[in-house]
Amino acid sequence: MERSAKRDVVVTLIVSAILIAVMPMLIGTYTLTVLVIYGMLGLSLGLIWGFGGILCFGQAAFFGLGAYVYAIAAVNIGESTLPMILAVLLPGAFAAVLGAVMFYGRLTDVYLGVITLVVTLILFKFINSTAGPQYVIGDARLGGFNGIPGFQTLNVPGDSGAYIWGDAYFYVCAVALVIVFLLVTWLLRSSFGRIAIGIRENETRMALIGYDVAARKTVLFAIGAAIAGLAGALFANWAEIVTPNLFSLGQSAEIIIWCIVGGLGTRLGPIVGAAGLAYLKFLLGQQSMIDNTLIMGLVLVIFVLFLPRGLVPAVGSLWHASVGRTARRRPANRRMRRARHG
Amino acid sequence: MSLKRREFLGAGAALTTAALLPSAAFAADTIKLGSILDTSGIFDAYGKPMDQATRLAIAEINANGGLLGREVEIIDYDTQSDMALYSQYAQKLTRQDRVDVVHGGILSASREAIRQTMRKTDTLYFYNVQYEGGVCDRNIFVTGVTPTQQVEVLVPYAMKKSGPKVYILAADYNYGQITARWIQKFVEDNGGEVVATDFFPLDVSDFGSTITKIQQVSPDLVVAPLVGGAHLSFFRQWAAAGMNTKIPLASTTMGVGNEHKVLTSAEGDGIMVAYNYSQELDTPENKAFKEKWKAAYGDTNGIHELAVSTYQGIMLWAEGVKKAGTVDRDPVIEALETGVSIVGPAGNIAIDPQTHHATLDVHIMEVEDQKMKVVETLNQVAPVDTQAVCNLQENPDDNTQYEIEI
Amino acid sequence: MDISFVILVEMLYAIASLVLISAGLAVVFGMMKVINLAHGEFMMMGGYATITAVGLGVNVFIAMLIVAPLVVGLIGLVVERLVIRHLYGRLVDTMLATWGLSLVFIGLATMIFGNTTTGISTPIPGFTVGAYQINGYNFFIIVMAVVLVIALYAVLKGTRAGLIARGTMQRSDMAAALGYSPDRIYMATFFFGSALSGLAGAILAPLVGLVPTSGGAYIAKAFITVIAGGPSLIAGLVSSATSFGLVNQIFTFAVSPVIGEVALLIAAVILLRAMPQGITSRFFKGKL
Repeated sequence: MERSAKRDVVVTLIVSAILIAVMPMLIGTYTLTVLVIYGMLGLSLGLIWGFGGILCFGQAAFFGLGAYVYAIAAVNIGESTLPMILAVLLPGAFAAVLGAVMFYGRLTDVYLGVITLVVTLILFKFINSTAGPQYVIGDARLGGFNGIPGFQTLNVPGDSGAYIWGDAYFYVCAVALVIVFLLVTWLLRSSFGRIAIGIRENETRMALIGYDVAARKTVLFAIGAAIAGLAGALFANWAEIVTPNLFSLGQSAEIIIWCIVGGLGTRLGPIVGAAGLAYLKFLLGQQSMIDNTLIMGLVLVIFVLFLPRGLVPAVGSLWHASVGRTARRRPANRRMRRARHG
Repeated sequence: MSLKRREFLGAGAALTTAALLPSAAFAADTIKLGSILDTSGIFDAYGKPMDQATRLAIAEINANGGLLGREVEIIDYDTQSDMALYSQYAQKLTRQDRVDVVHGGILSASREAIRQTMRKTDTLYFYNVQYEGGVCDRNIFVTGVTPTQQVEVLVPYAMKKSGPKVYILAADYNYGQITARWIQKFVEDNGGEVVATDFFPLDVSDFGSTITKIQQVSPDLVVAPLVGGAHLSFFRQWAAAGMNTKIPLASTTMGVGNEHKVLTSAEGDGIMVAYNYSQELDTPENKAFKEKWKAAYGDTNGIHELAVSTYQGIMLWAEGVKKAGTVDRDPVIEALETGVSIVGPAGNIAIDPQTHHATLDVHIMEVEDQKMKVVETLNQVAPVDTQAVCNLQENPDDNTQYEIEI
Repeated sequence: MDISFVILVEMLYAIASLVLISAGLAVVFGMMKVINLAHGEFMMMGGYATITAVGLGVNVFIAMLIVAPLVVGLIGLVVERLVIRHLYGRLVDTMLATWGLSLVFIGLATMIFGNTTTGISTPIPGFTVGAYQINGYNFFIIVMAVVLVIALYAVLKGTRAGLIARGTMQRSDMAAALGYSPDRIYMATFFFGSALSGLAGAILAPLVGLVPTSGGAYIAKAFITVIAGGPSLIAGLVSSATSFGLVNQIFTFAVSPVIGEVALLIAAVILLRAMPQGITSRFFKGKL
């Protein structure tokens, strides 16, 4: 176990180092940065949904919250280090409260989906109606539909004049993603992670064994939200503006699509799904033959029908089959998504 | 407004070929004009004709030998009515494509999203839309009407026709918020009273309860700076409740996206507006412009205030470039600050050196049978609101949007 | 006096429109345990069907009440045969697949109709109550919602088809053993549910402008209303539409339309936290 963990870390580092070196030659770093950020956002939902069995329809809420917290704090503080930290902590704390309300209320499945969806809608509607001059936090005007432009972007910690942007910013985001990925790996290998998977597979059994299921789900939910918050703050720095659209249902929908296409129950799947689909959308956006919403929709339908386990697991089992080794038995990822009522 | 994508592409292709014909005569390097508009999404009624106007203007410039012997090339992005895309594409235009000038932005939200990027990267920026006024920034030129050119004219006219009690319904973002305050100021200046102001997010499309509330207050006049496709339902529901014959309606935005052509004449008749342009203007320049538009796009249905504003903005920039003899930012700004003027489809329009806004004609109009009938014309009105707070000649480093205080 | 009547009409209208918006989704969810996230787009297509038919010279009421439900019902039928039937019993998968479908329909509508606001005028004139003007169309919507609920009840309770449908809903294996093919019943149900969505979209189209993305405005509300309603089809639909409609209008009149919407959403969170299985899991138990 220990040795395979070490090997995992080494492989991850080598592969990501190669990718970080090679990718900028293929795609411009400006586009690449946002792919990396979306990868992190995908990973955040992949963690709580794929490993915790919590289907959150409102992951965009934490993403948007992270972005807004960063923007508001950056306007008030003017130096980016503390805003970055707040952008991770506040969405995490918000999710902890929300999660506690939901999980101690024994909400599952669709009902969980509705609550997360509704919370996202409330945030969207609230932020969208704060255009008036009375909505101010410190020096930051919330701006409603306008969003908040022109805040301090990421700087070298301690030196608010030394902006990190362009290529350098890409490397910062890529390294951040690698670190988050390694942390998630570590978390899933820990007993906490294995118990989370146990809860996903059979909640009642884990509760009877004596684990506090609600508490563990809440913690996992908060961790996922904190990662989404970090992704949001990075996005705010990239876009140099935050708008209520970050909270939109469309954004939440996309995150779910990334996870499905990439593969649930894997760490890599959501990242690959997010970066791949976001790049596809970018390419589609440059042509006007076919509406790109249509293509995204078709991709989702086709994956649900024909490749419900997603890209990464499918490629994985293909690899194992063709190399001739006996495919390692993977947990049946889709089992937790079966209807439990009715 | 029912321009199909295919027809649009066809028209675009025709224009491109037309523009390419004399290209052999041009110098090797082109002048790059960045265009950034919502040509899809809920603001496309504004953006599509603005995009068409941009192409028309550039095709015309190129057909007349380009600028300084160089061909002008358009680099355009569709921001899909999403404010976040503005800042992304603005960064692309300035950092990647390195354009010589940017024309675009529709909502005030979009302008504020990209204005600082333009300023930081020293890219000359034209905002060709009527707006709430007050932007004071040497890097930007604004060719649309501002509140003193529009609200100050419209409000007394509408109040004279109705009465002193005014109800305001405004879009909930910077344009609506600030315009509502201007309306309040001019209502009070004319001895009236604002009885209530309601703000609506841009996606609200159910105004039933609002219409009931308005009746409870029973004002003499409703002024509605509402924006976008969803808000169009207000005018429908207002008419469906039979209110259009009871309380007069004035608007600072109705019609800039040709809304009066989407509404039936029963729904739209009698709404009072004030703009720089109307298709019904009887001038040789307007006739010629409509002919050119028809030749390029088949009919003149798309032409509206903002399209003409965009066309005039590009022509003013072209004059500036000719006068400066270069496309570099500072000489062009200096050339424009000499008070460059052109005669466009909406009459004479001149740059005001002090504010980088425009002095232009304003027409008070009433909607009648899906047309805008001109009631009264005021010649060459200056942007007094912005002049009161902004002097770029004395203070060229200013970079604020001044807001009216009440 | 007049004002209280006007406000009463507005309240009834809010409830009625929630019932209309949610009916199609409720039928499909209640009978098949399938959440059709393309429901909003079905409504959007109902709107476009109406506008297109009116443009072709069809009487506006025929277009709304007959053409739109038929067209959307048939689209629903195709969708059920091609996609949904492969996913029965997999709740989350059907949600995702229908979500994908909703994007497909938005894309198609954008390519066909363009991404521009269109609409038709309301076919019923406004009228006067004392000093107030009321949108006459609001009454039409209230009447339609009432008729719809009664018809739904009558069909389910009074006809043989309704009996079979209810039987399948409770125990599909037993219904199958008695010789009724669940496959065909589900197909018919989905057709019927889609037709209801199309009808709702058609009826609401004259009030609000239509864009290909209009469906998004409805789906969240419908989804919340249906889930909060709980297991009973009609009782759940009516009870949750009534509670949310009241909350929405009270706050709309007291504060503003935006606060009204937010109040509705907050009410949904509280309601689901208190009754995680929906209103009818506690009240009106066993009712239809």
